[in-house]
Amino acid sequence: MDGAHLKLDGNAMAGVMQELFVGDITAARGACAACGSIAVMGEQHAFMYPLSPGAVLRCAGCESVLMVVVRTRTRVRIGFRDLAWIEVSQPPTT
Amino acid sequence: MSFVTRGFKGRPRDRSVGDRLPPGQYLERGFPVLSTGPTPHTPPADWTFSITGEVDDVKSWTWKEFRDLPSESITRDIHCVTKWSKFDTHWQGVSLDTLLEEVDSAAEYAMAFCDGGYTTNLPLEDLTGGKAWIAFAYDGQPLDPEHGGPARLLVPHRYFWKSAKWVRGLQLMNDDAPGFWETYGYHMYGDPWLEQRYSGD
Amino acid sequence: MVGAAVQRRLTWRTADVAELLDETSSARSVVMIVPDWPGHQAGQHLDVRLTAADGYQAQRSYSIASPPESERIAITVERIDDGEVSPFLAGELRIGDRLELRGPIGGYFVWDVSLGGPILLIAGGSGVCPLMAMLRHRAARRSVVPARLLYSARSFDDVIYRDEIDRLAADRSGLEVAYTLTRAQPEGWSGYDRRIDSAMLADFGWSTAERPLIFVCGPTPLVESVAESLVQLGHEPARIKTERFGPTGG
Repeated sequence: MDGAHLKLDGNAMAGVMQELFVGDITAARGACAACGSIAVMGEQHAFMYPLSPGAVLRCAGCESVLMVVVRTRTRVRIGFRDLAWIEVSQPPTT
Repeated sequence: MSFVTRGFKGRPRDRSVGDRLPPGQYLERGFPVLSTGPTPHTPPADWTFSITGEVDDVKSWTWKEFRDLPSESITRDIHCVTKWSKFDTHWQGVSLDTLLEEVDSAAEYAMAFCDGGYTTNLPLEDLTGGKAWIAFAYDGQPLDPEHGGPARLLVPHRYFWKSAKWVRGLQLMNDDAPGFWETYGYHMYGDPWLEQRYSGD
Repeated sequence: MVGAAVQRRLTWRTADVAELLDETSSARSVVMIVPDWPGHQAGQHLDVRLTAADGYQAQRSYSIASPPESERIAITVERIDDGEVSPFLAGELRIGDRLELRGPIGGYFVWDVSLGGPILLIAGGSGVCPLMAMLRHRAARRSVVPARLLYSARSFDDVIYRDEIDRLAADRSGLEVAYTLTRAQPEGWSGYDRRIDSAMLADFGWSTAERPLIFVCGPTPLVESVAESLVQLGHEPARIKTERFGPTGG
């Protein structure tokens, strides 16, 4: 039996993503794929519009690009580069 | 009707400049510094410029070899995708025609690569025929690291994110591929007169 | 309650300008009434969006200077000469005008009395704004958490909230304040008169044994230099939080 029955539509992820994008991102932790350091987003280095054509989040340890956010007239593109993972805290459910 | 802030006018958006301003741009008298990361500081002794990729032989110039090449004075308007334009900027640089002459290639595209990791792609068509330079001086002075020194790519007929700062070479490619900003949402060509800011424009 | 405030989606709201206070010759506080404001923590910021008649928009971030206990939301704007937004907010804006804003933003650079102390607050210029929210919160809660503020400004006239800071320092709640005036000092000045350096931090700041929570805010070069000095002095990096203002767009 192959894993085809495990595949879901993207909107099954909607709840997961909403928690990521609605919540406060600065307290989220992320890991740098280039140097392995783990830090809170608020501690990383940011290069922001209007001093940059988009927002670039860089690892405070090695300056690798973690994430890039570009806002066009109608869309926001979130680019991921050396961000190995990102983790958000949640209040306990019970 | 969407919200309008009473009394706010923003920067003087000089409309009297007629046809000289591309759509959506305003005239800037200063020279803003934009950056996606920390400023590299490469000493000329460590600097080389190379043409790599789809070439028979990689060609490289040291700083001295590069500065011994014929250079020219360039005066052009420049246009940043963040909406400011600056007229009559003065540069000194070596034409890409001079550099590409030394190389044999059938490639149609190039990826500029730079200290700090920045990249941007351009068709060879946009880099040849007297349209692009490697600039090493601005306004009669050696180019400041803040503005891309020791040398930057200068392609004034495209949005200025294509004029890559701290350029160290061109990788020639048979097929087009997106550089840094192009990957993250900006336009592959970036013609300010067609207002090609974002992918899909 | 803190968790709920952080989980809400950020939307643009319209605020009414209720008061305008000249803090210095170049800084003005804008005090607003914001309907349905979800509450905030000291240290957070908000985004202001301005729209011209032709649709052109500009957006800037400002630290919230008012404490969570205050009903009205205040920001303090330093007017940058050839800036685009600050001359408008610190100049043209009138009482009764409406501004679009969204917030609060940022859960990282925050302090609440429940986090304890001692706290060391280091401000460069208008970097004092989020730190002032922290001190106002501390005072509103009648907290005696030991606190020290080291505030770097060009001259005495450039010190924002000077009278209020001096009052808080005199109220015997355990707040000590030192100014360092880097360009011009008043007659008879016996305080610091240079850029913040390791010696000053060792002299005025808490010892590393006290394990202070440290908040540094101001222009990027100052913040980076101070943060590095603090780490070299032996303070724990995890207890140092920084907010760089950067060379703002104005």
